[in-house]
Amino acid sequence: MELVVFVLAAAMILVGGLGVVLRSHPVHAALSLILTLFGVAVMFVSQQAHFLAAVQVIVYAGAIVVLFLFVIMLLGVDRTEDLKTEPFKVQRPLAVIVGLGVVGLVTAAVVTSRDVVATRGAGIIEPAMTDPDSNIRQLSRSVFGDYVVAFEVTSVLLVVAVVGTVLLTRKVKPTSKESQ
Amino acid sequence: MNNTTSILGLDPIAIGDLIWAPLVIILLKVVVIFVLGLVATMLMVWFERKAIAGMGNRIGPNKAGPWGLLQTLADGIKLFFKEDLMPDRADRFVFKLAPYLAFVPAFLVWSVIPLGGDFSHGKGGLVTWFGHVTRVQLADPPVGVLLLLALSSVAVYGIMLAGWSSGSKYPLLGSVRASAQMVSYEAALGLSIATVILLAGTLSTSGIVGHQSSFADWHVVSTGVIPFIIFMLAATAEMNRPPFDLVEAEQELVGGFNTEYSSIRFGLFFLAEFMNTITMSGVIVTLFFGGPQGLFNIPGIPGAIEGSIWLIAKVLVFLYIYVWMRATLPRFRYDQLMDLGWKILIPTSLGWFMLMAVLRLSRDENWNRGLVAIVAAVIILGCVALMSTAVKVSKANREREGAMF
Repeated sequence: MELVVFVLAAAMILVGGLGVVLRSHPVHAALSLILTLFGVAVMFVSQQAHFLAAVQVIVYAGAIVVLFLFVIMLLGVDRTEDLKTEPFKVQRPLAVIVGLGVVGLVTAAVVTSRDVVATRGAGIIEPAMTDPDSNIRQLSRSVFGDYVVAFEVTSVLLVVAVVGTVLLTRKVKPTSKESQ
Repeated sequence: MNNTTSILGLDPIAIGDLIWAPLVIILLKVVVIFVLGLVATMLMVWFERKAIAGMGNRIGPNKAGPWGLLQTLADGIKLFFKEDLMPDRADRFVFKLAPYLAFVPAFLVWSVIPLGGDFSHGKGGLVTWFGHVTRVQLADPPVGVLLLLALSSVAVYGIMLAGWSSGSKYPLLGSVRASAQMVSYEAALGLSIATVILLAGTLSTSGIVGHQSSFADWHVVSTGVIPFIIFMLAATAEMNRPPFDLVEAEQELVGGFNTEYSSIRFGLFFLAEFMNTITMSGVIVTLFFGGPQGLFNIPGIPGAIEGSIWLIAKVLVFLYIYVWMRATLPRFRYDQLMDLGWKILIPTSLGWFMLMAVLRLSRDENWNRGLVAIVAAVIILGCVALMSTAVKVSKANREREGAMF
């Protein structure tokens, strides 16, 4: 059963990923991204990480891609792009290099830690199997306990980003003397 | 074994090897919930039309079937046989996909609402059917409440893509408006649920129901009413029901996001809207009013059925309230809607959540109750003053700059 779930979810992720890159229409690309995110959520569920799966759907599929679509629709860029023209010349070679690099790194990581990965049941935390709420408990212990400073600093960073965006998008109004 | 458990939820029937009998019971549950959902939606449409007609001194549907009960069925059949139009500039695939994206989440919410069962004396809502212990609930995943939030955030896509894929201006405006509204109110929705989770200490819906064993434990009482009011308002906005139905402001937008839809695709949107009303009432009852837990024992009826009777009674009250609100309240203006969401509901729900957390902590750590209350009151007053000053300043600034809104 695990294998079936894995194959289906992996197919969702791959089809979605290819769709993001290959679809020439921005809205279709964004929809493919949702497919990928759902596939990852299914993977999380099959690995017993229910909370992560739910958050994946709520935050990424439910909020972030909605905002992507918002921007696409409001800016009116929702028309088909010609994939043959390349706006920035360096972009595609760089993307190829980064993609190959990521594949290489993941392969290297798997090869070096082959003993651990290949062992069945390695790294399973026991309480997660019995107590349904333990997922959330463990997450909250590390986020609000061990790594609370990093967590709070991240939230400050987000607030800075929001305030910065608001400031940048405000039009500088001519003062009343100049306009009169 | 564990993988099966995790995928199918924590229903005891799904633990262990899936042999024929449990599989049949699960399939039976799916079919029953599906049929029940459709029939309930059908009756809801009739009920809403009849009740609104009564409030407006009209008669309402009365031709098809006794008391017009079959009116929805007749409308549905009519919709089926209408011509299915597709606008020339529509995005064909997305246009066909959107109604399902609106309809399926509305249906899936049913799977995590406890529809009955005996929660008294710590039985946890487990019942025995044909020698198998199970719940009167399709699935009981450990993240049940989050699943509700996830589904409501997926439902945004149905409306958003429907408007966009129509390739026409008014539906696009309607859908942008709708999705902005739904995304804004999702935050308030989530924060008011957080207060419930804080008290119940679990995310599973059956656990939340099990936690509300007496009237004083009903979360509407134990969280202090405010989260319930916020949840109710946010849920109404999330479903795009009156008085927050700017999505379908027909005076300005023709018909909103579904203007270009006809035939059964329109029917699916229509169905989703009414089904959402029922499922949201079910969610409100589950989270705040003890779900299938009754106030007293109904004599002569076994516990498991009694739970379903209580649930139906409670859900009916909320359905009536929704119809009542539609008949009596005028539609909000768009800026009023956004002001209510961002400047009142979200700060209030966040503040209330913090307050509940502090009270909980002070109880656990045995702090001085009076001191905690005074400090909390001072902080709340400070925040309210700060917030209202900020709103006033920004309003004055906008007026000085001569903004239109």
